[in-house]
Amino acid sequence: MRALSASIVALLFVASSALAQQARLDLGTPATPERIRGWDIDVRPDGAGLPPGKGTVEQGEKIYAEQCAACHGDKGQNPAKGFDRLVGGKGTLATPKPVQTVGSYWPYATTIFDYVNRAMPFTAPNSLTADEVYSVVAYLLYVNDIVPRQAIMDAQELQKVKMPNADGFIADGRPDTEGLKCKADCK
Amino acid sequence: MSVSRRRILASGAAIAIGGLSTNSREARAGTVPPDVPEWMHEQGRPILSPAYGLPSKFEKDVVRRIREPRATDTEAFSVTPLQDLHGIITPSGLVFERHHAGVPEIAPDQHRLLVHGLVDRPLILTMDDLLRFPAVTRIHFLECSGNSSTEWRKSGYHSVQRTHGLLSCCEWTGVPLSTILGEVGLKSDARWILAEGADAAAMTRSVPIEKALDDAMIVYAQNGEMLRPEQGYPVRLFLPGFEGNMSVKWLRRLKIGDRPWHTREETARYTNLLANGKAYQFAFEMDVKSVVTFPNADRSFKAPGFYEISGIAWSGRGHVTRVDVSVDGGATWRRATLQEPVLDKCLTRFRLPFNWQGQPLEIQSRAYDDKGWMQPTRSSLIAARGTNPRYHFNAIQGWKVAADGVVTNAST
Repeated sequence: MRALSASIVALLFVASSALAQQARLDLGTPATPERIRGWDIDVRPDGAGLPPGKGTVEQGEKIYAEQCAACHGDKGQNPAKGFDRLVGGKGTLATPKPVQTVGSYWPYATTIFDYVNRAMPFTAPNSLTADEVYSVVAYLLYVNDIVPRQAIMDAQELQKVKMPNADGFIADGRPDTEGLKCKADCK
Repeated sequence: MSVSRRRILASGAAIAIGGLSTNSREARAGTVPPDVPEWMHEQGRPILSPAYGLPSKFEKDVVRRIREPRATDTEAFSVTPLQDLHGIITPSGLVFERHHAGVPEIAPDQHRLLVHGLVDRPLILTMDDLLRFPAVTRIHFLECSGNSSTEWRKSGYHSVQRTHGLLSCCEWTGVPLSTILGEVGLKSDARWILAEGADAAAMTRSVPIEKALDDAMIVYAQNGEMLRPEQGYPVRLFLPGFEGNMSVKWLRRLKIGDRPWHTREETARYTNLLANGKAYQFAFEMDVKSVVTFPNADRSFKAPGFYEISGIAWSGRGHVTRVDVSVDGGATWRRATLQEPVLDKCLTRFRLPFNWQGQPLEIQSRAYDDKGWMQPTRSSLIAARGTNPRYHFNAIQGWKVAADGVVTNAST
């Protein structure tokens, strides 16, 4: 019986592979590495996707003042109304007034690179060079007391940064209202 | 004049505009029986005026609105006027908007979808290519996970458009994502897919491969016509039942990988901070939920007599099996009638006949889904998660109806 089930499974597998083969429609154009390169901008916590380049806190401070401070506030404090505060909030996450900033909440430093690179500055997204993005990231880590002022950020250094709230995330626990499972006459 | 008196007058005006009641305003001389109205004595408007049909001018107040002004009008959202809708389909022009960098204007012949990463044959697809694939059409709701998020801390909003309007439901047409993935061929270690938009936010979310191979779609049409620009024209991802943000609009890239990317929108945002300081991450499904849409703050009972209480229910985990309605703040419940069709991950319209005697009420609805989940009360939801989460609020909503018919949010 067991052998029979196994052979059915094997048969189904062969059948579905055959179907997959048949179902290929040969639509679209092959994407060459040259074409992919220009669009392949994503960065992961393990450092995959971080480009060559490097930046310093000092350079970042300058870029921040010119390109970021108008919305996010001087040194990441006191942002304009409606814009994200980027600094502070440590120790507030378990209080009734949590302050969720890059320093207090974001689990990965690589995500700052990815986000600033793709979506910032707000008025000219995706306009900073890799060196400029590394610099802004270095500055934001510095003003959050995560790296020292002399830190230099590049692909190697950035993936090594341990963020304060790196362990703050857990798997989705829902549905977490177990007492509300319908018990009778539910359908 | 009291606030409630003004509201009642305003609701009377809304009814007149809606044309739902002829005795709420003075009918024009010669338009009601026994007189025959003038529009029966002359030709009406010609065809093609306009070529693309619009709602009656008497419906001009049925529009999307902002909840309150934000710092920018491109990183912003607008809400659907649920109080004015019937049935389950949201007209395309009334579908809520949530943009992170405005609406890009993309000519379809300039758009490309790149599919690459852990695949055998990376592909670039044009819109012409996508329209040649075998298509499917399905009706599903789309809900921002921030819908009703103001109710975690009591919003003070009395309009269902403001409390629940980050919710719409359309017929969607496109290509099953599994078909596209079959075309590129998944490598054996493929587990997650990064979806990226062509807006100025380059909106990016990680999608588990199970969802991609289940019911995910690459959608180009909505309610029978090509997507509206605000909904991702010319093409978007659509993940039935998942939080709206993941159905990435203006889809330009799918990258297949072996782990999630932890983008800003799945770490800094769209995570659910609990009372203990930890946060649920990758919370995808929208839980079972319902809301009464009539009576509402704009249109309510005017005098004692017969009315039909009506609302919508939905679940991102399956289909609605039952909706109960209470008019006494949850003390007693009556079962509402569900309007067919009752579909998976789709709005379901419910109705309950009611004779109002003019007494104050608190109307609530609670929905059940086929996975056995019941919509929680606000207090049990807060007992489980606290008041810090910004997303996935699905508690029972109460509406107070005063003796003069004015509807207010019961949780203020």
